[in-house]
Amino acid sequence: MTVPEVAESFTGSVNKVTLGATKEEGGTRSRTVTVGGACNVVYGGSVEQAGEKPVIAMDVLDIKPTDWPDVLAEPYKDVLDSPGEWAKKCVEEFGADLVCLKFDGIHPDKEDKDAAYAVAVTQEVLKAIGVPVVLWGCGNDDKDNQVMPKVSESAKGENCLIGTVAEDNYKALTAIALADGHKLITAAPLDINIAKQVNILVSDMGFPLERIITFQSTGALGYGIEYAYSIQERQRLAALGGDKMMAMPVICDVGYESWRAKEAKLADAPGWGDVGDRGPMWEATTAICLLQAGVDIIRMRHPRAVAVVKKFIEQLWNREA
Amino acid sequence: MIIIAERINGMFTNVKEAISGKNKEVIQELAKKQTDAGASYLDVNVGTAAADQEGTMQWLVETIQETCSTPLCLDSQKPAVIAAGLKVINAENGVILNSSPLNRKSDEEILDKYMEMAQNAGPKGSIIALTMDKNGVPQDIDTRVAIAAEIVQKAMEKGFDTQRLFIDPIVLPVKVPNAQVQPGNMLAAMDQIGMLCDPPPHMTIGLSNLSQGAVERSLINRVFLAIAVSHGLDSAIVDVLDGKLMDVLATAEMLMNKQLYSDSYLKVYASGSGG
Repeated sequence: MTVPEVAESFTGSVNKVTLGATKEEGGTRSRTVTVGGACNVVYGGSVEQAGEKPVIAMDVLDIKPTDWPDVLAEPYKDVLDSPGEWAKKCVEEFGADLVCLKFDGIHPDKEDKDAAYAVAVTQEVLKAIGVPVVLWGCGNDDKDNQVMPKVSESAKGENCLIGTVAEDNYKALTAIALADGHKLITAAPLDINIAKQVNILVSDMGFPLERIITFQSTGALGYGIEYAYSIQERQRLAALGGDKMMAMPVICDVGYESWRAKEAKLADAPGWGDVGDRGPMWEATTAICLLQAGVDIIRMRHPRAVAVVKKFIEQLWNREA
Repeated sequence: MIIIAERINGMFTNVKEAISGKNKEVIQELAKKQTDAGASYLDVNVGTAAADQEGTMQWLVETIQETCSTPLCLDSQKPAVIAAGLKVINAENGVILNSSPLNRKSDEEILDKYMEMAQNAGPKGSIIALTMDKNGVPQDIDTRVAIAAEIVQKAMEKGFDTQRLFIDPIVLPVKVPNAQVQPGNMLAAMDQIGMLCDPPPHMTIGLSNLSQGAVERSLINRVFLAIAVSHGLDSAIVDVLDGKLMDVLATAEMLMNKQLYSDSYLKVYASGSGG
């Protein structure tokens, strides 16, 4: 029996977005990273149709984390209070494609750090590493609107990925990201209709759709991953169907969400296996599952999980194989 | 939805005058306005304005492409007029040849000619084939479907990709004695045409013909369009400058899950970027 040809042809594709700017491009990055470009379903069609390889953005926090389980803090124990050194370790030792600087410390409920502090940390991280940087606010709208525009300005020319903007809070950061030449993350709470709306709102302000990465929110394994999965899948199909408002590459936050799961961090759980393995496995499994739904940038935390996922990506995107 | 904009047609007075006076501005303005309103293709029909139909088709194509890269839908029942347009067209973004019946008493091979011209126009050359043959326009469901089946079969035999084939089940004016059964017949035929091959051929209609001579033209057009979308219609030749019609189309497509809902779905649909 002959195998029927099941090649699908789609009218649309996922946008290609390049992060980072080298010296020639007005920045100080030693290299740039390009994501997106898929013109078929995940792992469907030819190798060329798969687009750019997914990349890993490793999290660096602006303050020393107080709630990280030992297993997660251990690999970073010497650098947790030094964001620059921490970032360097992620890139040089653990092979991070990008570094995601997460401004936990500016949150009013945490250390309520001011804009000057955030700017100083941004500079420290930019100087320490050569890979492109993601700049991610604390999630408190008022504080993010105070601080993130200053952070954006201080990284002008570096072509960072900055965010996040949402349906009810997008104007301040969108305007400044546009002015400073950064890429922008539009966020939605696991709601694809709102995701599309945010993209429309941002584009109404004159922000080019080709400079947006979307964040649909992430659920970890056992904690709503199926919602994230089906939304990513739907977004990819919309992009392939020619919906320009949904044709952006996708970022997901696997590190934070995975390490919230009790299965990942609970030490006193006989019968669940070694806690030293459980967390990294939880994180790697979550990431690999979402890769199959079509994500382009994965925020991650544990180096062992990163190693597993990198290997997975290398094997699947190996063009010579 | 593949939206074909109908206004560049010599049957309209301003276009007719523009053709006879060689007034490019009127044509270029229409091309731009229809593109901005969401047209995927611009229909180009020389009408009855000029004796030299072939020359007029070329003049229209060249005039439009001077200012606008929206792909064109060359509209003529005469292969020679289509061929003339193809000589000067830039079909890089696609072209639709509109239209051919299955066959004609005077020309049994007419459909073959259109398919060949579309093949030669490049990888994105398509045709609209009417569910009509040498006996004329069928009034019943079964004959429409039978003719569509013959068209699809011919395409397959000739290696013509059915994704480049638009079947037009022919809309007749509803305000004609005994014609009120026709819209229903057409929908029933569309349900079956959608099953002729997988993926199904595109289906298109010349919508405005439905309300010919009626008082509530726009209303009749848009209600039928919404119903037809739910029967698999994925293309239509319409007045894209009719804002209410375009809103109904966007809503029908959204309700049929052809595009993602967002609060601003009407706006992005009109801008042609809604999917």
